[in-house]
Amino acid sequence: MVKINGKEHEAAGKTIAQLVLDGGYKPERVAVELNLDIVPKAKYNDTVVKDGDSVEIVGFVGGG
Amino acid sequence: MNTNDKLLIGGHEFSSRFILGSGKYSLSLIEAAVKYAGAELITLAVRRAQTKEHENILDYIPEGVTLLPNTSGARNADEAVRIARLARELGCGDFVKVEIMRDTKYLLPDNAETVRATEILSKEGFIVMPYMYPDLNTARDLVNAGAASVMPLASPIGSNKGLATKDFIQILIDEIDLPIIVDAGIGRPSQACEAMEMGAAAVMCNTALATAGDLPVMADAFRQAVEAGRKAYLSGLGRVLMRGGAPSDTLTGFLRD
Repeated sequence: MVKINGKEHEAAGKTIAQLVLDGGYKPERVAVELNLDIVPKAKYNDTVVKDGDSVEIVGFVGGG
Repeated sequence: MNTNDKLLIGGHEFSSRFILGSGKYSLSLIEAAVKYAGAELITLAVRRAQTKEHENILDYIPEGVTLLPNTSGARNADEAVRIARLARELGCGDFVKVEIMRDTKYLLPDNAETVRATEILSKEGFIVMPYMYPDLNTARDLVNAGAASVMPLASPIGSNKGLATKDFIQILIDEIDLPIIVDAGIGRPSQACEAMEMGAAAVMCNTALATAGDLPVMADAFRQAVEAGRKAYLSGLGRVLMRGGAPSDTLTGFLRD
């Protein structure tokens, strides 16, 4: 299982690009962290997640 | 008076001295808020992403406005650094407003952790604008840590209570050689004006607008107040008499002659 934004998913073996797509996110509007390290956009296609990984997909919202 | 009066932060030049927060109101009001406030800098927060069916705040911010992501939610320097790096990865520049709070009741910033995060982030090339409790020693530490401005609070975030820390902000304005930007707690245009009269470089507001009856009109009022306060500061305020009065015209007129 892979933890994506706090929830467990059957996603081992998928690339970050797939996770972003599957999650319904716009790649140009998100930043991705894999086990606390930022994954640059250029590496979305060849970064593969495995069991036990933790992924955060974040974006901008309103704030002060 | 200097007609080319610009605000300089980290080598970037701004004509506006009103920084706009974008929290707690509808995305559809952002364009009007930016326009009426005359804002050139707008703060944003980083959160878990919303899916593409949701509206994205970036689609509502007019072109030419500089984004200032904050590190809200961070409880220590490491979390703030993590948020700042993610914000930069989102691809909207190097500005970051460091905001670190341990306390959830008063939301007061942790000055020591703020200095630590400022040091790390400025070394990584960020333009760091730390939000802080107005303390001269901390402000000096922030200067040494590479801050691009110092953002002391006027009163607790979201309180609209005004310049509760006025005398201590004045000390920062007098002693610190960086733009002092009053952030948090400014609730009324008159308070923004007063901060600018004191010599603050800029004022930042969010809740004052978000909780106003008519947001665009209030944004306009803040723009005017900030401009008036800046002009008053640049012109040099008239002196205050500690006792007695002084006539504004000569009293030795014909009646007593």
